[in-house]
Amino acid sequence: MRLGLVVDLDKCVGCNACAIACKQWNTSGTSGSLTDYNPYGADPSGVFFNRIRHYETGNYPENKTVHFPMSCMHCEEAACVTVCPTGASYKREEDGIVLVDPEKCMGCNYCAWACPYGARELDREEGVMKKCTLCVDRIYDEKLPKSERKPACVMTCPTSARYFGDFDDPNSEVSRVSSDRGGQDLFAELGYKPVNKYLSPRDKVQVNQHEIREPNLVTKVKDWVNKVVEL
Amino acid sequence: MHPAFSVIFFTVVSGAGYALISLLCLFNFLNFGMLIDKNTFFIIAITSAVLFTMGLISSTFHLANPKNAWRAFMRFKTSWLAREGLLAILFYPILALYLYFIYIDMQINNFMLMQYYSFLIFTISTVIIYCTGMIYACLKTIPQWNTIWTPINYITIGFALAALIFFFILNLNGYDTTSYENYILSMIAFSLATKLTYYFVIRLPKYNIADATNAAVKLKSTNVRLLDVGHTGGTFLTDEFGYKVAERKLFRIKILSIFSGFIIPFFLIYTYSFIYENIALCSLAIFLSFIGMISERWLFFAQAKHVVNLYHGVENV
Repeated sequence: MRLGLVVDLDKCVGCNACAIACKQWNTSGTSGSLTDYNPYGADPSGVFFNRIRHYETGNYPENKTVHFPMSCMHCEEAACVTVCPTGASYKREEDGIVLVDPEKCMGCNYCAWACPYGARELDREEGVMKKCTLCVDRIYDEKLPKSERKPACVMTCPTSARYFGDFDDPNSEVSRVSSDRGGQDLFAELGYKPVNKYLSPRDKVQVNQHEIREPNLVTKVKDWVNKVVEL
Repeated sequence: MHPAFSVIFFTVVSGAGYALISLLCLFNFLNFGMLIDKNTFFIIAITSAVLFTMGLISSTFHLANPKNAWRAFMRFKTSWLAREGLLAILFYPILALYLYFIYIDMQINNFMLMQYYSFLIFTISTVIIYCTGMIYACLKTIPQWNTIWTPINYITIGFALAALIFFFILNLNGYDTTSYENYILSMIAFSLATKLTYYFVIRLPKYNIADATNAAVKLKSTNVRLLDVGHTGGTFLTDEFGYKVAERKLFRIKILSIFSGFIIPFFLIYTYSFIYENIALCSLAIFLSFIGMISERWLFFAQAKHVVNLYHGVENV
């Protein structure tokens, strides 16, 4: 299995619900807590596994706002795993989920240095690295109804912009939607082969702008008459 | 990158320590017609061991969870950090046995064995410095580090510092070093040359904001503007990677490191060798050189830009 997410950038409205649902589920999950530092103070900060950025692309009138959620890509060539000296960072054989074993992590930050997507954050209070678990404590929970065995971010997304599934199964929803829309890798140049795919925004329908016509003799006369009348 | 002093100290000081023992064994191996007496040999070896041990201890200070530091040798198959740690630990018994052999005059009884052994120590200690450099050079996410010139710099700078200490201790113990002065001077010049090459190699940014988003957002133009980073406060990532320092300050530190680390020590040793023989010049050269190399290493971190900054609004890295 090769579990991962597909994010449809055409559907994402940038509401941050996935980041909140992630924080809510995982703070009491296996990697919990997602520590907050100074949460009610002047300069709050804290651990998040999912961040949503907002971009503007192109120039008017072809410009577009793109909301861009980023979490762990569960890369096939996960550099965060190979650089880890202790063996705390690992990629599961059975489903490809990249996890951190907090019992082994020494908090050297090296995996965060190796990750181009900013998917790893050090919990300064516990002294261990934390990251997206793809809700491993949810997707295999047999007490949950089958329809709810999905990551919290996917469950909560109000526009269904996020898909979860097995990329090794060609009939899975993620495989189909990714091949139909040409799912894209983020920052592919680095060669880490991210599993998560992004569906690029479709081209915007071109709206013709009203063109200003060259003034002919009739319009010139009309304009002149209008001016005179206004006086 | 945030320049953590513990890591700067570790890379400079342990680099100098490993280079010093390396240089001593190379000297012993090449046997320049001058056998270093046991006393001086041990002074140099112990200075080296003190330096690299201090460095290794310092490296654990930046760990958030140091109680698991003993696990740091586990994944030596893929991780340069684990390789460095493992070799550093294995080096202790190997060096101890070597020093024991020197102590019992093995060099006289079994010359060939000690020749091989000296070469082995030279190789391992140089490889350890190489591993330290590769910890940084293997990261594709930091273009300013991801070059072969990183480990080359670590090795040459380690050897330049070691050469100064080696020269100092030999002179202190009354050795005639006249025929080695040129080696010391060329070592400093060579390390400066490799450092300047490094600065030349990293002069241009490698990735821009479009590289980081283009594939996913599929843009026709490279005109991408970040409207919002998705967090109102600082995060671990902005603290660790978002270290910003004024270009002017970087430039000043660069000038300081080049003069204090290379040029002034070069002329001090030159003066000592050919004009005015006073051992204080040698110790001043060592002191200034350490200051220069520490600031060089600070620059190495402060100048490095992690690609994750592209998602935080930095135009290029």
